[in-house]
Amino acid sequence: MLRARTVEDKLASLYRAGRIVGGVYLGKGQEALSAAGGVSLQSGDVFAPLIRDMAGRLAFGEPLIDAVRTYLGSRLGPMRGRDGNIHRGDLSRGILPMISHLGAMLSATVGVLFAKRMRGEKGGVGLTCVGDGATSTGSFHEGLNLAAVEKLPLITVVADNGYAYSTPNQRQYACTDLLERAKGYGVEGHGVDGTDPELCLQVVGRAVQRARDGAGPQLVVGRLLRLCGHGEHDDGLYVDEKLRRSTRGRDCLAVMEETMKTRGRGRDWEKWKEEAQREVEEVVAEVSAEPVPDPFEENWRATLTEGATEALPDE
Amino acid sequence: MSVTYLEAIRAAQEKALQDDPKVFIYGQDVGRFGGAFKATKNLAEKFPGRVMDSPISEDAMVGMAVGAALDGLRPVVEMQFADFSTVGLNQVLNHAATTYWRTGRPCPMVLRLPSGGTPGSGPFHSQSMETIYSHYPGLVVMTPATVEDAYSMLLEAIRMEDPVVFCEHKLLYYHLKAESLPTEAVPAFRARVARAGRDVTCVAYSAMLHEAMAAAEELAGEGYETEVVDLRTVKPLDTDTILASVARTGRLLAVGESWPWGGASAEVVARVASEGFELLDAPPKRLNAKDTPIPYHPNLWAAHRPTAVRIAAALREVLRY
Repeated sequence: MLRARTVEDKLASLYRAGRIVGGVYLGKGQEALSAAGGVSLQSGDVFAPLIRDMAGRLAFGEPLIDAVRTYLGSRLGPMRGRDGNIHRGDLSRGILPMISHLGAMLSATVGVLFAKRMRGEKGGVGLTCVGDGATSTGSFHEGLNLAAVEKLPLITVVADNGYAYSTPNQRQYACTDLLERAKGYGVEGHGVDGTDPELCLQVVGRAVQRARDGAGPQLVVGRLLRLCGHGEHDDGLYVDEKLRRSTRGRDCLAVMEETMKTRGRGRDWEKWKEEAQREVEEVVAEVSAEPVPDPFEENWRATLTEGATEALPDE
Repeated sequence: MSVTYLEAIRAAQEKALQDDPKVFIYGQDVGRFGGAFKATKNLAEKFPGRVMDSPISEDAMVGMAVGAALDGLRPVVEMQFADFSTVGLNQVLNHAATTYWRTGRPCPMVLRLPSGGTPGSGPFHSQSMETIYSHYPGLVVMTPATVEDAYSMLLEAIRMEDPVVFCEHKLLYYHLKAESLPTEAVPAFRARVARAGRDVTCVAYSAMLHEAMAAAEELAGEGYETEVVDLRTVKPLDTDTILASVARTGRLLAVGESWPWGGASAEVVARVASEGFELLDAPPKRLNAKDTPIPYHPNLWAAHRPTAVRIAAALREVLRY
């Protein structure tokens, strides 16, 4: 959580300094729910994060440098400058690189789980994250229904953060709570206060364990608030002030800090914070010196098969 | 003993399932029922757990195949009709087709599309989708016109490391026959001269090949020799074979069953005009379906698509210039 917040604060300032092209999408306020997913997974599991899952990624073991390299377009990053920001993934680590089309990663995660089952591999689970906006897509419906039909161990974590870009919940769905949908899909549902880190860990951990134990797909709905704009280009002024001041608007990191202090571990927290800051500064310095992609050296082929991408007449 | 185009597709899938444990088939009604056209007949029984019914979820079917392919399997997805693949379009164009470029990890999967018009099929069970899929980078688009190609190209598609959109023509399913399955094959990316001639080149693919061949026969009676080129695969497009043919004939007609705005026939004409301008003795011409949804009634349908009669008329125009 702390590392995610620290690196994202740095990315936001790099964006404002003009060092990052394209969008910067932060998980501010969603770290607890996201990290709970990453922590609950094991090596061999598959993780399909969405745009606000820096915390989950780091908790699952994505190297922090992968994030910085992707944002700064380093040629050494997992996407080599071909794709940016939150679209990174590393299939060798079980992290699926998301596409921007919401809900699309559910069925892809199902596909990985399907492959594992066909090969007779047991015990692995897949976890994917979406927001409240994605639950309105056909992809979300098709993917969750498919997981349920196949009884595959898919955990779908919905971060219901009140807004899809600027559109509030009441223009997004008409049920009282997205958790109600679990019954309709025939999957187990778990609701959680997404601002409470320990509760998130407990609830998401339980959902992951249920899936691992063979109880089929799990739907987790965390209620929280996005504490920033949709991207760093957005001031998020449309967020209802009352909601900001409500418990839903609590900052999970502040909650964690408070808990640590109450337990007499305030000094540990400060130490972690400093460590995270140092790590981030070092990584940013390292990546800043790395080569960027060169269009003249780029292999402009979108296919692997010899001859499948044609050379253009001017090449 | 003869084998139909459809039986060849079924046989290719059976061989692929036999040869490679990573291959599986996924689609609506493809399991015990054997598929809407019976292209997977008896395969579920022969290969338990590897030929499976999907829910009516084209998006999730393709998304699932993407995930399975990235994790090392080789999915073959049957869309019940090519027309319905539009529901899964996002997963094909933005997910399957972009993954290799973005990550360096290939996404080997085949999307089988029962394509093209048949009498009475109407606007939503008749479409030819190769134009849309060919436009996007990262995909191979095959359009076999013969029994032999249906078999050998599908096998090659399943072995390929890239996502392949396999457009099989429904009109050819039952009526097109060959003596036996082929034992050797021309590589899928190469076009084929289906009929040699020196007066005019007619480029066609899929079911239009047979209309073009009939038109060539008709023109032969009038003293004109038409060279018919079967593209076989529309992406990548074998420009060399087309240019070599136009170099022999000096005249070109490109035929497609898809709609007239863009597409394979437009690409053929554009390439010949741009790369083979000096070879031409007449303006290159295109012939496609009419620019309306595909009609239901056989009378309307027959007038909507290019037929041997319309192709022959177009060829005469090119020859007369």
